[in-house]
Amino acid sequence: MSDADYPRVDALVDELIAECPPGKTDDIEFWGAQYDKGLAWAWHPEGFGGLGLERRHQTRVNRRLEEAGASIENRYTNLLGIAMGAGVLDAHATDEQKRRWLRPMFTTEEIWCQLFSEPGAGSDVAGLATRAVRDGDEWVVNGQKVWTTLAHLAKWGMVVTRTDPNAPKHQGLTYFVIDMEAPGVEVRPLYQITGEAEFNEVFFNDVRIPDENRIDAVGAGWRVAVTTLMNERVAIGGSAIPRESGYIGQAVEVWRETGEDDLVLRDRLLELWAEAEAARLTALRANELASAGIPGPEGSTGKLAWANLNKEITAFTVELLGLDGTLYPGGYELRRPERIAQHEPHKAFLRTRANSIEGGTSEIMLNILGERVLGLPGEPRVDKDVPWVEVPRG
Amino acid sequence: MADPAISVPYAPTEEQDLIRSTARQFLAERIPIEKVRELMLSDEGFEAVLWKEMAELGWTGLVVPEEHGGAGLGWVEMSVLLEEMGRVVTPGPFLASAVMATAVIEELAGDEDKEELLAALASGESIATLAVFEQPRGWEIAAPATRATVSNGGWVLSGMKRAVLDAHLSDLLLVTAGADDGIGVYVVDAKGEDVTVEQESVLDPTRRQATVILDGAVSRSRLVSGDVVAGLTHALRLATAALASEQVGGAQRCMEMAVEYAKTRHQFGRPIGSYQSIKHRCANMLMKVEHARSAAYHAVRVTDDRAELAIAAPLAGALASEAYVWVAGENIQVHGGIGFTWEHDAHLYLKRAKASSLLLGSPRHQRDRLGLALGI
Repeated sequence: MSDADYPRVDALVDELIAECPPGKTDDIEFWGAQYDKGLAWAWHPEGFGGLGLERRHQTRVNRRLEEAGASIENRYTNLLGIAMGAGVLDAHATDEQKRRWLRPMFTTEEIWCQLFSEPGAGSDVAGLATRAVRDGDEWVVNGQKVWTTLAHLAKWGMVVTRTDPNAPKHQGLTYFVIDMEAPGVEVRPLYQITGEAEFNEVFFNDVRIPDENRIDAVGAGWRVAVTTLMNERVAIGGSAIPRESGYIGQAVEVWRETGEDDLVLRDRLLELWAEAEAARLTALRANELASAGIPGPEGSTGKLAWANLNKEITAFTVELLGLDGTLYPGGYELRRPERIAQHEPHKAFLRTRANSIEGGTSEIMLNILGERVLGLPGEPRVDKDVPWVEVPRG
Repeated sequence: MADPAISVPYAPTEEQDLIRSTARQFLAERIPIEKVRELMLSDEGFEAVLWKEMAELGWTGLVVPEEHGGAGLGWVEMSVLLEEMGRVVTPGPFLASAVMATAVIEELAGDEDKEELLAALASGESIATLAVFEQPRGWEIAAPATRATVSNGGWVLSGMKRAVLDAHLSDLLLVTAGADDGIGVYVVDAKGEDVTVEQESVLDPTRRQATVILDGAVSRSRLVSGDVVAGLTHALRLATAALASEQVGGAQRCMEMAVEYAKTRHQFGRPIGSYQSIKHRCANMLMKVEHARSAAYHAVRVTDDRAELAIAAPLAGALASEAYVWVAGENIQVHGGIGFTWEHDAHLYLKRAKASSLLLGSPRHQRDRLGLALGI
């Protein structure tokens, strides 16, 4: 561990910047070189985009690269691949699979998406119904997925399927990487309450997946899915952002611009400011303790905290706008969004409603905190030891 | 807005771990909850022998520099100790003397006074408390109505101070008063002539307070006069940060009590903690406690940066106060009928929580200070 590795990492960063000067090098070429030097995911083994170090080294690498003017846009363009897919491959894939997929994932030459949720399987994702049936060296997939971010741009999808309907729900699942360009894959935009379609519905109609694209064992899909979800929740709630940034920064800006001086609104703004700062400090503390090898409960609250806060802050900001709060500047014309980033207040008010649903509802997050962190007993599960086919659905 | 630079790590040092384990052991042995209950019903609310033992452990001089007979440790170490004290609603004048009075002397006194007073406080020989709040001004300390006048070559004080913590146990009062040359901080013998200490009947009987009436009381020395408001404000921010750690300790304990009970109490054939209504309540407790902890830990780590402490202290004060009051209340609710009884310990925490949230500024008042520091 430890800071002893900093000089080595710094030297590699210097080398990368010297060989591929940011601004003068094509982004894809730069990211490829970054991957080859092990500076993509520093905690991955050497040869797979990493150096076998701790995660915090990557934070340092990213900061130094940003300072040097290098683009880290790939982390947004291919968010699901780089933040979640890579972790899944690192933990569960064969070396051959990692060699095939990791590098083009990092360079954004191949975009990734995640196909878990279904119309009938939201919080209870282990109850999903998309079927995969073995046919020689291939699997034939039929079913429907929803809430699939980036599916319309993706080359690869991480998909969980049911391969044994007669086993209890957690045991009959298998995880694959599916070619989103394969025959039988249909992607339709799913328009949201904002009028935009960040997400998609994805239909599989006799789609064939070669068995070499299976991740981990047949029947081990739930284990792999859990790794994906853990990475997702860290990605959503675990980053340490600057003070007064994001939606609380926007609220403060609107407060100043409108010249509002009502004392009740001011107290509410400060209350939200304090809560946002506490959530931010908690992420900082959690990241520091995690990199010092001291895991604690503070790392588990971020996603839940930000879901609540983003909703409350954006609702407050629209209120601050008074009569202008009744407008919707962009209009509701159905369209694809340009980029997933911070929205203007009205759209933010609507978009943040999803924060307590996507990546695990707040109710599920509270269950996880209660059961895994506090050790409270689970609820009786009537479907636990029952063959999946016999579980009531609807 | 620039982020504050934090150079003090969150991972505990060996010394901090030692302070924590020593405190937990001492408090469990010497002031278990039965003892807290006994003291809370006594006239004095505390016992001198316990102060002596705390002094022997180095607690009374924890943040007093070594040159003045203290342990020379910092506010992070203080927060570790206070968190432990908060866990078990430790009674006594520790907050008043070892935190608040010490911070004021450290900040405002000249070398001679420091030498004499800090040594006496650190050794446990003296107990001091702040007499700075008055009604109707409450937590605004900038313009005391208490007056200091010259008489026989010395200073005499007249006025009424409220919410003077543990004044009945104290030897020294640090009194704010206005004189012709501005506001000063005066040292008065608490048991001297023309000083009346009226112990109040208080919401939280584990932390006493008094109304102090000064009727021409002679001051033994004047610590400072002139521009004292900035220094006093800074000292009270240190106290707010320290108190926040005590509040986090109490809130953490309330959460633990609720979770323990939710695991064992059965209704309708299963543990109540298996119901989402109770489980989610407990999970929300965890989140509030962790957020308050983050704010409190941050505040005691930036005490050398005055501008940042002006943000961090009211932030910690507001969050820790609200979290503790809420968690202490929810703990009673999770316990149901038994939680409302005198016999159960839950009410000790609720009382400590509510009173603490109003000692140095209500959450709303702390947010006002936060807003002033942020320019909002």
